[in-house]
Amino acid sequence: MIARLFHRHWRPLLIPLLVLALWELASRAGWSDARFLPPPEAVLHRLWFETTQGGLATDLAASLQRGASGLLIGASAGVALGLLLGLSRVAERLLGPLFLAYRQVALFAWVPLLSMWFGGAEAGKIAFISLAAMAPSVVNTWRGSRDIPRAHIELAAVLTFGRLDFIRFVALPGALPFILVGLRSSLIYAWLATIGAELFLNIAPGLGGRLNEGRETFQMDLVLACIVVLGALGIAFSRFAAIGEARLLRRRG
Amino acid sequence: MTIAGNCQDHFGSDAGYVCERFGSVNGFGSGRLKTEDRRSAIHQYRLGHRSGGWRHAYPPLRPDWSAQGPAGVSPTTAPRRLIGRIAVLGAGAVVPVLLLALWVISARVGWLTEQILPDPRDVLQTARDYAASGELLADTAISLRRVAEGFAIGAALGLVIGAAQGLSQGARAILELPFFVISQVPVLGWLPLLILLVGIDEELKVIVIAWSAFVPVALNTAQGMRDVPRTLREVGQVLTFDPWSMLSRIIVPAAVPSIFTGLREGLAHSWQTLVAVELFASSEGLGYLMSWGRQLFQLDIVVMALVVVGAIGLALNWTLGRVERRLRRWQVQTG
Repeated sequence: MIARLFHRHWRPLLIPLLVLALWELASRAGWSDARFLPPPEAVLHRLWFETTQGGLATDLAASLQRGASGLLIGASAGVALGLLLGLSRVAERLLGPLFLAYRQVALFAWVPLLSMWFGGAEAGKIAFISLAAMAPSVVNTWRGSRDIPRAHIELAAVLTFGRLDFIRFVALPGALPFILVGLRSSLIYAWLATIGAELFLNIAPGLGGRLNEGRETFQMDLVLACIVVLGALGIAFSRFAAIGEARLLRRRG
Repeated sequence: MTIAGNCQDHFGSDAGYVCERFGSVNGFGSGRLKTEDRRSAIHQYRLGHRSGGWRHAYPPLRPDWSAQGPAGVSPTTAPRRLIGRIAVLGAGAVVPVLLLALWVISARVGWLTEQILPDPRDVLQTARDYAASGELLADTAISLRRVAEGFAIGAALGLVIGAAQGLSQGARAILELPFFVISQVPVLGWLPLLILLVGIDEELKVIVIAWSAFVPVALNTAQGMRDVPRTLREVGQVLTFDPWSMLSRIIVPAAVPSIFTGLREGLAHSWQTLVAVELFASSEGLGYLMSWGRQLFQLDIVVMALVVVGAIGLALNWTLGRVERRLRRWQVQTG
């Protein structure tokens, strides 16, 4: 069964298995310094130890909570601003260029300023994550709500919809695919910003903090274990986003 | 969904236009076509490439609260268009100018302390000092060199790997999964690992920047080459192109918009990553200038560096936009 499965799907697994085999071989044969490259089983062991006895679960929860608060604030502000830019020509003319210029400032350049304004503790981290999550939501909502089919707009005019009704029944559903694309990249950015905030700002429980700890105390197995967790989370996020998107779009019909 | 609409989704309005042209010739893709029809389809394809100005085929639609009908329908004369352009630029400048005025006034009146926002005059003075001493220029040059090196390496690798994935099914099957898994780890997650492996010198910056450019370039190149419309490939087959002409005449030109999106995104990511890496581990460069200003609680240095970072980001994006337009024109002429 496994052999057959492998026979059918060997190609995607080729490189990962080769890398693992090389890694194992290198550490067994003593080609690599165990301080720089601990054997795979040491990383697995560390991962197991951290989940069962160390505080990995607490760190993970802290990071996720931080990311989620930032995402919530940033994405809702972003969708609101995007709708404003997409639906009102005046707002687009006045604020659009400013927003486009703002987007060109590298995200991390805001870290020093934000840490002065909000401090390096929780508030500063969440402010930075929100800022990171906002931009993609704005851009995509803006694009989506600008290109609503004219027939829908005319229909809304015939039905004499007010602005709120127009947003609720026409603009939001019409822009939904774009908004979802925006939310998806907001999620990615929020997660990147979470790790960044934990690395750059004050030390606090979180995956970034553990990574820093591993670097400062030269525990390569801890660093690699954290990276494995980060990768697994990234995959989980993209699966989750894809499933959620499909659900919402199906409901919209 | 129509073929044209489908293609438009993937490639933007230009490809949508090309597909629509093909769609208008009955059953071109099905192989039930007379030679005459084929010739006329190819002719139309070339015409479409030469004539240019396709963008107007799909004017953007927007809700119009004044219910006057969509804008841009009435023909505008040249001077009016110029006035309109100036009006658009002026409108875009209103809010920034107001914010700037508010900043100046609030600093004069003393609403803001130095720790929240420094006096704009201080920022200007600091910028003048740093520019006069040559420090600002030196740090900017170092940052730009790092981005150039990292981006060049990352983009070159991304183009090669992306092209391999886009052109060969086998390569895609082998590369797709590992590529996906590794790209799910945020760039910054690799930073502590790389610091332990290569130290905090130039190599670290170049590797991280190259990595951040590599991912979008490879993804978009692969996507663009894979999504070349079948109809375009069939044109190549009808004209009995050899693999090289197929690549250089059909696949690459059709994938150029996508590849360029990747390059543009890659450069933006490189610039972002540069600032992050310099904040984290550096003793020179614009990011270092910022973290240094922060440690000294001298926000005027931070704001100055922020403005320079933003200005360079804008300039990079603008330049790539110009190059992209050039490329499109070139693409039109070779068709």
